Order: sequence, then structure tokens, then C-alpha cells
Amino acid sequence: MSQALPPTPPTQVIFYATCLVDLYFPDAGLAGIQLLERQGIQVIFPQNQTCCGQPAYSSGFNDQAREVVLAQLEALAGDCPIVLPSGSCAAMMKHHYPELFAGTPQAQAIQALADRVWELSDFLLRVCQIQLQDQGQPIKVAMHTSCSARREMGLAETGPQLLDQLSQVERVEQARASECCGFGGRFSLRHADISAAMVADKAQALKAAGAERFVTTDCGCMMNIAGYTEKQGLGLPGQHLLSFLWERLNAEGQAPEEVGGRS
Amino acid sequence: MNQARAAILQRLRQGRPADFAVPESDFTVVRQRNWSLEERIERFQQKIESVQGQVHRVAEDHWIPVLIRLLAEHQINNLLLSENKAPAQALREQWHEDLPSLLSYQQPLEAWKETLFNQVDAALTSCRGGIAETGSLILWPDADEPRLMSLVPPVHFVLLQAKQIYATFDEVLREQAWVEQGLPTNALLISGPSKTADIEQTLAYGVHGPKALIVLLLE
Amino acid sequence: MSLQTIPLHSFDAGAQAALNNPQVRRNFRQAMDGLMSKRAAAFADWELEPLRELGAAIRLRALARLPELLEQLEANLQKQGVQVHWAQTGEEACQIIRDICQARGAKSVIKGKSMVSEEMELNHFLEAAGIEALESDLGEYIVQLAEETPSHIIMPAIHKNTDEISQLLHEKTGTEPSHDVDYLTASARQQLREKFMTADVGISGVNFAVAETGTLCLVENEGNGRLTTSVPACHIAVTGIEKVIEKLEDVTPLLALLTRSATGQHITTYFNMVSAPRQADEKDGPEAVHLVLVDSGRSAIYQDEALLDTLRCIRCGACMNHCPVYTRIGGHAYGTTYPGPIGKILMPHLLGLEATQDLPSASTLCGACAEVCPVKIPIPRLLQRLRKEAVDGDSLRPSRVRGHGVKRHWRERLIWSVWRQIHARPRAYRWAGNLLTRLRGLMPKQLGGWTRVRTLPKPAARTLHQLMQTRDAQTKTAQEPRA
Repeated sequence: MSQALPPTPPTQVIFYATCLVDLYFPDAGLAGIQLLERQGIQVIFPQNQTCCGQPAYSSGFNDQAREVVLAQLEALAGDCPIVLPSGSCAAMMKHHYPELFAGTPQAQAIQALADRVWELSDFLLRVCQIQLQDQGQPIKVAMHTSCSARREMGLAETGPQLLDQLSQVERVEQARASECCGFGGRFSLRHADISAAMVADKAQALKAAGAERFVTTDCGCMMNIAGYTEKQGLGLPGQHLLSFLWERLNAEGQAPEEVGGRS
Repeated sequence: MNQARAAILQRLRQGRPADFAVPESDFTVVRQRNWSLEERIERFQQKIESVQGQVHRVAEDHWIPVLIRLLAEHQINNLLLSENKAPAQALREQWHEDLPSLLSYQQPLEAWKETLFNQVDAALTSCRGGIAETGSLILWPDADEPRLMSLVPPVHFVLLQAKQIYATFDEVLREQAWVEQGLPTNALLISGPSKTADIEQTLAYGVHGPKALIVLLLE
Repeated sequence: MSLQTIPLHSFDAGAQAALNNPQVRRNFRQAMDGLMSKRAAAFADWELEPLRELGAAIRLRALARLPELLEQLEANLQKQGVQVHWAQTGEEACQIIRDICQARGAKSVIKGKSMVSEEMELNHFLEAAGIEALESDLGEYIVQLAEETPSHIIMPAIHKNTDEISQLLHEKTGTEPSHDVDYLTASARQQLREKFMTADVGISGVNFAVAETGTLCLVENEGNGRLTTSVPACHIAVTGIEKVIEKLEDVTPLLALLTRSATGQHITTYFNMVSAPRQADEKDGPEAVHLVLVDSGRSAIYQDEALLDTLRCIRCGACMNHCPVYTRIGGHAYGTTYPGPIGKILMPHLLGLEATQDLPSASTLCGACAEVCPVKIPIPRLLQRLRKEAVDGDSLRPSRVRGHGVKRHWRERLIWSVWRQIHARPRAYRWAGNLLTRLRGLMPKQLGGWTRVRTLPKPAARTLHQLMQTRDAQTKTAQEPRA
């Protein structure tokens, strides 16, 4: 199921932020970009990128989604890999774009775009073969792999393997790790009570595992779980995996560049 | 309801998607079993015991004394068995008065339903073989050993020839040429005593069928 | 028209009731955890992927030749003395069964477990015609005594614990209250044995109908299915038209998948293959065997190459066992015969989208169901399709599910239309992003159900677009040769 590696590591990639990283968690985006640059890869950030189209698509509004996807097709023109700090948006581009455009004049171009897509942590681990030297203090961390990363992208092992490179990080495993956190986009609003029951269980499992922090590659899950732990005062903050990795490579608490996001 | 038949078939024929892609059926995964006879026996025993079936490995010429001992252990007063099959005849010949009485399924069910349901303690049947992978017995009930013999009495004894333990059901179908010779009225795989987990997932045995399934494995 | 046109209650009301019932939630969580680990253990020594591929291939091969196989099945069964009936709707099927019963002067029917008979509400129909219909599967029996419906397709009474069942049996049958499951089971056995001996007709479902040999296969543990198909003078099997398979050899892999996926068993106690009524020299078995083939919306599903994947289902229930939503709310919340993921993709076809409009959205699309489905039904993709049908959201691919467009609402369309205006235009998007960063202090503190249990994230001070614009400009300046 894992994506075939390119014959030679590319020298250039396009960074696709995804709207949640762009608007709410740009530090995760910057961290990803700097991790790539640290590997000697030139990162291109097309200013014309917006959103992958998933919100409309998963609500059944294919027409609206298609128009937005076509704008991404234009913004992401080229032939270098496209990397995303999100399993969910990567799966949208990789697996759902071709379905959405099957039988349309753009089908071929869309397939070519989909073939270039990589989830960034997978790209760092397998394509860049990144080596991480931990500079941080000891900490217990749990990885929450999103359902899209796990099942659509086949990346259940990716986050844990990256974390396990960090010598001072003890990775703890929560019960029912593969169970959904209950985000599901509009599901969390439309079926709020079911979603609440799911996120409560997820947060408690993470807490019970002894984690001081949880990390994930998907901002939807992060908003959901961290929003819950914050409101309930569980003392279990969440962080994007990329932000966490970058933080561990640099002196404690010293963010390398301007950081936005939660305040 | 010929109208319904025609309408359904027509809808299916007319509506069938034109490019119906059917992937190849690769049966390798259910066929690669190279178990020796001893491996098949062990696996059969392990599987059927895991669901509360009992297995007694006995020499082919020594099963009757073992059965007699088991009947006593289970406090069985009567045993329903075939009239005509060779092992049953052998047993009848060696029987004596102090042992549980022997019954036969001579009349149609309707003539003795009450007795069968309420008064028969155990039945003994033959079988057409076993299946190692699932710990199953293969039964083709017939006029001599009707269906309910293996279902209604609380204890079911089965005679199984060790060399008739196949690896898989798939192998049974081919080796015994089921399709070619045609299926009987009723064919059965029996894998353990009757059970249920419908009350809070707690296993209970003998819910509608036998509470005990005892295999005499003849070697 | 089918009898069952509306679910028992709205999905939201059902879900709410379940979430507020800690006993129900504990019962389901515990049961689903157990079932998941049993399934995993049962497949531990199998190459699961090739087996699932094979299961999917067998089901697709059968569906590809569905009309031909149904005819072959019918011809073989008729040759062997089984009478075959066809019903376009559940109600037609009920009538056929009632007529068979009445022609025999039957007053009582004993039933083996059959979800199709639940789907067409056969018991109520027969009772209205003065025919007693008693369920004999222990779980179904419990549910019938409680005047409820099954909450799971394999374990109908899984929503109840021993206490509740003991109390129920005490009230309805006089059984002494007890926590001893063996005792409760033995008591039910005794009561049902009487019924088996006197029932005029036995009604069962079918797990696989083998066209090649004209054989009806039933999978069960209790033996009630065998009693149902052996003791009464007449056996009526009822099944959806999609249950047919081509060859007898197709049984081994499907059976291996079915029992392991359902309950983690390597096989059930009984695998019962019925091919004919009692023969002249035989001493038991029914003298008449009937098969009722029910369409009830299935041929409509068949018209669409994507939707017909729904018909691959072998009713193992693994999708519900692994569903995080089902685990939280249980089967009754859905208000439909088939709950859980399979219910969400099947019931809209059987009942129409008007009556089932809340089902497609009640999923996070987490994919746990598709991951375990033994015949690889792409459940999330089908949910996605039904969401699209519910809003008529794709002008390139017209909707075709009954009741499509039921969620098509001007307000919803307006929202997505504005969303598209912003996200299909990069400048508009950047402008909106900038605006959001400026208004970050003014964000609402409440957002419906989200903020009941969570805080709302705050937009960043600067978007990544802005940060990267600055950064790229700096890099560019730095790289320019000094004059």
C-alpha cells in the first residue's frame, strides 16, 4: 500500500499548506518547510493554493468541490512532488480527486496531480530518510494517527517511527489507538453528541496512557482532541507532529521563526 | 407470482451495468494445506475441543468398550442408533442386558416425536469424515440415520475414521465429488455441541441441540 | 409498497436516548471490544488480504450473473422438489408466506433467525392473519418477548445484560430469576422444544443459496435453525435475491470469512445444507420446502455499478462491531432493521432517502468498517455517494436513489456557493485569510455542539500565506547580487 519511492530524492517540492494549517496552525507548516529545507530540498509555496475541496466533497457538494479542485490544479502546476502536512487532505488529493474527475476532460491531469501527492511525514521518513537528533528534555508523548493517514494513506507506522528516532521522547500507546477521535468534519457539528462521546473516550485513553502531550498529523483531530482536553482541563495539550519534531531538533522553547496558532 | 418473477428478472437484466468487472477468484489461500495425517488429526482434535467437543482416540477394534464406559459416565439409559450400518450391527451383537437399552429410528418422526424429544438420552451416528481446519464432522443424514439423531438427544456420539479427516471443506467437496454426485436432502457440518452466546456473550451449551458432542476417533 | 416505510423514530432522538443510557453504552462497548478482539484472533493465522480478495471476487462474480444464477437456482431447486416463489416487495413476500401457511391450515410458525423476515415485518403480518409466529434463536426469542427489535444483526439481544434478560424471562415465562446463564438457557430450551414439536411451519433465512447444486446454506450455533428446517412438516426459507452464489466451492472461503468476521469463530456449530424435502424413504425432514426470493429494492440497487457493491454483503456484522458510532449508540438508535455502517448504506435503498436522510451524515468516514469488511465493500465511498444523492450535489452524475435531493436546501447551497466563490479564487481566499487574522480577537466563543465540550481554536496572527510571502521576499532580496 505504501507509495513507490522516486528513483532519486527530488531537489524541489511544492508545499501545500491545507486551509487549517494556513489559517490556524501556520507553525506546523513552517516547521514542515524547515524540516524539508534542512534536508537540502528547495520548497516552493504557491500563493494561489487555497483548500483541497474536502469540506464540500464530504458534504456531497461535488460541483462546488470540483471548481475548487480545478483552482488547485492550476496553482500546483509542475512536476515536482506535492507535500502536505495532513493525511486527510493528502488522501483527498490522492484518492478522491481521481474519483471526482473520472470521465471528465481533466481526468488525466488530475491523475497526474494525484500521483505527485505525498503526506509530508511519510515523505520525510521514506523519501528524505530523515535522521532526527533530539535536543529536548525527556517527555512522554502519544501519537494519534488520523483515520485518513492510517487507512487511506497506509501510514499507521510513520508517526511512531519518526517519534522513536527521538532519544528523549518516550512514546506511549493509548488503548484503542486505531479508533476514530470523532472529528469527521461536519460530523462534529451535525452529530455533536456522538462526536462528543467519541472525543471524550479518545482524550481519556490518551491521558490514561500517561502522555504529557499528544501529537498528530491532522489538524482536524488536533482541534477536536486538544479542544476537548483544554476545555475539560485535562492538562494534555496537542501539537502537530511536524511542529513537535522541529521543536525537538532545536533548543527547548526556542521556536525558530514566528509562530502563530493557538494562543 | 410469475409476474413478480418476470419483473425482477427483467429489472436485473435491463439494469445490469454494462462494464461489470469481475476479478479473478484465486482459491490458493484456502487450498495450500500440506498437513500429514497426524497433523490433520491433531488439528481436528484441537479445533473441536476448543468448542467443547470431546475426542477419544481409540483403536478401530476397541471402540465399543470405550463407548460403554462413556455411556456409564454420562449416565445414559438408552442409545439411539442405526439398524443397518456395520458398526451399529457390530455393537448390537456385542450388547447385553445390563447396558443401556438400544433404540432405533424405525418409524417416521411423526409417529414417535414425543418419545424422541423427551426420552432419548443419546444417539450414535457415523459420519463421512472430518475437517482438520475447522474441527468439523461431515454428516449426510439418511433413512438409516435420520437428521434428528444428531440434533435432538442431549448427547451425540460420532464414529470418525481418522484416515477420513480432510484438511479443509474445500478438499472434501473435491475428494468426495459432492457436485458430481449431487447433494442429499440435507448435508451437515457439525463442529461441537449446540451453543449460544446470546445472553451477554456468555457461552452456554446445549441450547437447542446436544449439550455434548463426543467423537470416537478410530485409528 | 413495502410495509416498512418509516423508521421507528428519528436517528437523532434514538442516538440521544442511547447516549444518555449508561447501561446501554456499557453493554455495547464491552460487547464490541470483545467481538473485535475475537475477530482479530480468529484471523491471526490467516493471510487475510487474499482471503478478502477472494470473498469479494466470489460475491462480484455472483452479482455479475445474478439473473442467470437465480434462474439456475430455481431450476435446480424445482428439480429437487423445492417450490420457488418470487416477491417484488416485502409485503408480497409476507402474502406468499401467509398463503402457504393458510393452505396447510397452519396455526403456528416457528422461526429461525432471518433478517429479511425482520426487514419485511413478517411476524406482525402473520399475527394479523391469525398465525402465531415464534422466534427460536435465543437472542431473537428474548427480543420478541421484550417486544423489541434486534439491535445487532448477529446478536439480536446484545443491548441487554444478564440481569435484564433474567427479569424479562421471569416476567414473561415464569422462569425463576437467576444470573446463571446455563439455567436461563436451559429454561428457554425447554419452552421452545414444546413449540418445535407442535409448530406447523418452520421459517428460516438463508446465508448462501448455491445455484450450481440448488442448495440453501444456513449458518448457526444453537441448532434452532436445524430444528426449524427439520421438525415442522413445512419449511419456508426466505432470502434476498442477492444471496445467491455460483458454485459449491465458493462456500469454503465465504464461510471462513463469515464466521470469523462475525463472532471470531473458526466455524459455527452447524453448517446446514438443505437441497430437497423429505424423500420417500426418509423418516424426518419437512415434506414441503419453499424458497421465497425477495427483491424489495435490491434490483434497484443493482442498476448502478457503484451502488451494487452494497449487495456483496454477507451479513456478518463486522462493520457494526468495529464502528465507533455504532459502539456509542447501539443498534436501536438507527431505527432501521439493519443498523450500523451496512444499515447506513442499505436502508436508504430499502426505505428511500426521505425516511433515512440522517443516516449518511452520521459517520466520520473513518473507514474502520471497510477495513474489516470480509467482502471489501467500500462503505465510506458509498456513504459519500449517498450524501451526494441527498443534496443532488453532482450535476455530472445525476442522482438515482429513491428520495434523492431530500436534503437539498437553499441555505445549504448558499453556504457552499459562497465557500466555492472564496476557495476557487486565490485572491479572494487570501483576502479572507487576512481578514480572519485581523478578526481573530473577535471570534465567537460558542459554536453549537462543538463548544459544549471543546474550546474553539483561534485563527493564527498571520496565515502561512502571509508568512511565506514575507519569507520568500526576504530570500529573494538576500539572493540578489549587491550593486
